[in-house]
Amino acid sequence: MGVVTRGFGGRRPEPEHQVPPGQFVTDDFPVLSAGPTPDVDESRWELTVRTETGEGRTWDWAQLMALPAEDVETDIHCVTHWTKLGTTWRGVSVDTLLADVETSAEFVMAHSYGGYTTNVPLQDLLGGQAWVAFEFEGEPLEPVHGGPARLLVPHLYFWKSAKWLRGLQLMDDDDLGFWEQNGYHAYGDPWLEQRYA
Amino acid sequence: MTSDGTWHVGTVVAARPLTDTARSLTLSVPGFTGALPGQHVDLRLTAPDGYQATRAYSLAGTGSDERVDLVVDEVPEGEVSPYLVRDARPGDQLEVRGPLGGYFVWHDADPAPVLLVAGGSGVVPFLAMLRARRASGRRAPFRLVCSVRGPLDAIGREEIDTPDPGLGVRWVFTRQVPAGWSTPPGRITAADLTAPGFGPDDGVAVFVCGPTGFVEAAAGLLTGLGHPPARVRTERFGGA
Repeated sequence: MGVVTRGFGGRRPEPEHQVPPGQFVTDDFPVLSAGPTPDVDESRWELTVRTETGEGRTWDWAQLMALPAEDVETDIHCVTHWTKLGTTWRGVSVDTLLADVETSAEFVMAHSYGGYTTNVPLQDLLGGQAWVAFEFEGEPLEPVHGGPARLLVPHLYFWKSAKWLRGLQLMDDDDLGFWEQNGYHAYGDPWLEQRYA
Repeated sequence: MTSDGTWHVGTVVAARPLTDTARSLTLSVPGFTGALPGQHVDLRLTAPDGYQATRAYSLAGTGSDERVDLVVDEVPEGEVSPYLVRDARPGDQLEVRGPLGGYFVWHDADPAPVLLVAGGSGVVPFLAMLRARRASGRRAPFRLVCSVRGPLDAIGREEIDTPDPGLGVRWVFTRQVPAGWSTPPGRITAADLTAPGFGPDDGVAVFVCGPTGFVEAAAGLLTGLGHPPARVRTERFGGA
């Protein structure tokens, strides 16, 4: 052990639950957004999945609601060091959205209303690992937290769970999204503490 | 400027109370190469038994010559900020990683007018921007709007109110106004964010920093005034 901070450590929380390195548990739900919260009404909300060949498939809100939804309980980990335990969500699995999509792409760029982007390998969005979430703790997802619908990829740092989701662009080659161009790690595994590029 | 991910050893060299809950801390950090105004650092504290905690703090200065200037506001029931505000003293050591963040930054060569909107301790990254502007000798028009509960909560008020050519300042007191203040206390309004030369058609770069509720309100007012959302950069802290 190197540096010791004299007098520090008296206020530590009880360890109840394992969290990734460098994280602390909060009961709050902090907000990390680069700009203003966009006003996205369900009546004009659409989600488009577009393949590497340019073929697109679009769902409006009613069509999304008609798809089978799942309840998800998961911990979430923000790159700004907070972890929130046992959050509950409801949403449509990305497996469901991509079930009929033919692709050989390996990467995805998520696009948001407001212009935000984030890149994720396709295999991280499949196999029951990712959802388009529209409820949080039993209530419609608030705009400040990404409502009406956000991507939920809880095994990666939470900036990958793009708020105000409007599109998934499948790509043959990886590219960098918004925060990934601004200093954050291209992949973002919290257990490996992949915070920064 | 970006960090290579290295943790640097920092030593507290100065600590000065700014308000009842906020304190400025200066660290000596060999190997720290400076920052852009608006960037932050990670601090890592290690207890004698090896227990560690890490938090992110905005820089109050751009930290040339291996110094890191912080202003820390105490989060009630917090784990790290009460230590930094109440307990840390010169000679104490901790670790610093950074600078971090490549978006909420101001470049001193950018001549565009800048509108800064701070709620509470959200003023800290703006202190770095004001100091960098002064140091650069450039005179991009700046306007700083600071919302605080009362005069005793106003971090850096003396420095902010020191006349600086091209810098306009507006204070918004939400609970208690200073003696002789001409307006009653109240929350920030669109009028507070409106000034000649800082409108949506003036190519203004807007930065908003503060608690989540404040940033949501202020950013909503700004886009309502017609500022393009892509020109409004935000940094929030606390829950919603």
